Amino acid sequence: MAASAEDVRKSIKSYLLVFGALAVLTVITVAASWLKVSVALAIFIALVIASVKGSLVASVFMHLTGEKATLYWVLIISAFFFLLLVLLPVLQTWETSHLIDQVKP
Amino acid sequence: MSSELLPHTLDAHPVTGMYNGKFGVWLFLASEVMLFGALFSAYILLRTHGDFPTHKETLLNYKIGALNTFLLITSSVTMVMAWASFKLNDPGKGKLYLWITVILSCAFLFIKIKFEYMHKIHEDIIPSTSTFYGIYYCMTGLHGLHILGGVVVMLYFLTVGSGLWNKNQQQFTNRIECTGLYWHFVDLVWIFLFPVFYLL
Repeated sequence: MAASAEDVRKSIKSYLLVFGALAVLTVITVAASWLKVSVALAIFIALVIASVKGSLVASVFMHLTGEKATLYWVLIISAFFFLLLVLLPVLQTWETSHLIDQVKP
Repeated sequence: MSSELLPHTLDAHPVTGMYNGKFGVWLFLASEVMLFGALFSAYILLRTHGDFPTHKETLLNYKIGALNTFLLITSSVTMVMAWASFKLNDPGKGKLYLWITVILSCAFLFIKIKFEYMHKIHEDIIPSTSTFYGIYYCMTGLHGLHILGGVVVMLYFLTVGSGLWNKNQQQFTNRIECTGLYWHFVDLVWIFLFPVFYLL
């Protein structure tokens, strides 16, 4: 992360650039919601834009880009369990609906 | 408690590469990911298999949501600018940015409560109305409580906790950085909540 005073001065410009990017991406998110696309594609587009915004916040505002590997491992582990948490019920319901289809006459 | 009693309060720990307080905040944020992750998981389950309306069928106003998004991303910038100002040994500017962050946060909460929650409650729309509003109130309410927590911490550093700047500038700046990490995480959660509830 930015440590010295000179590094901090240099970082201020990137903070303002990221702020601009986040504002523009928010407008794009709203505009994209009005596209006439399928629900699945709309969810995909919205989540991709949200992920880009989230990455900007984490890497620049939270100074994640300059941190040591220990922190990355902590975040990789929590990201893994987050995905597991999100995917488990989806897989469960998919399996249930699959079984229902199988027992249908 | 003096920094001599607690090791690596100011300097970087050799293993983590950062002072202990900062690493502690990151671990706390990892647990927060799981907390909100569970709720996002419930949302996906309800969205894909429940009686879920699209945003056009709900009373949620995307313009209000977009305004609140703008307030929060602006507060994230002012928060990081507050830290940068303290780091550059300019406490006056740092405090000013911190006050702006508090004002933006309060504006977010005011809009959320006055124009969203109160409006819906007036229309008899409460968490038990439907699964959609149940998860909506739960997730946005929990996020709102996080905002409130952040405001309390910032107000502490602007008032009774500000004396630490005169005793130990680096420790004070580190605490502002930790507050900032928490605040950016709260912003990050809203970045996902906004499209999920207001646009999809």
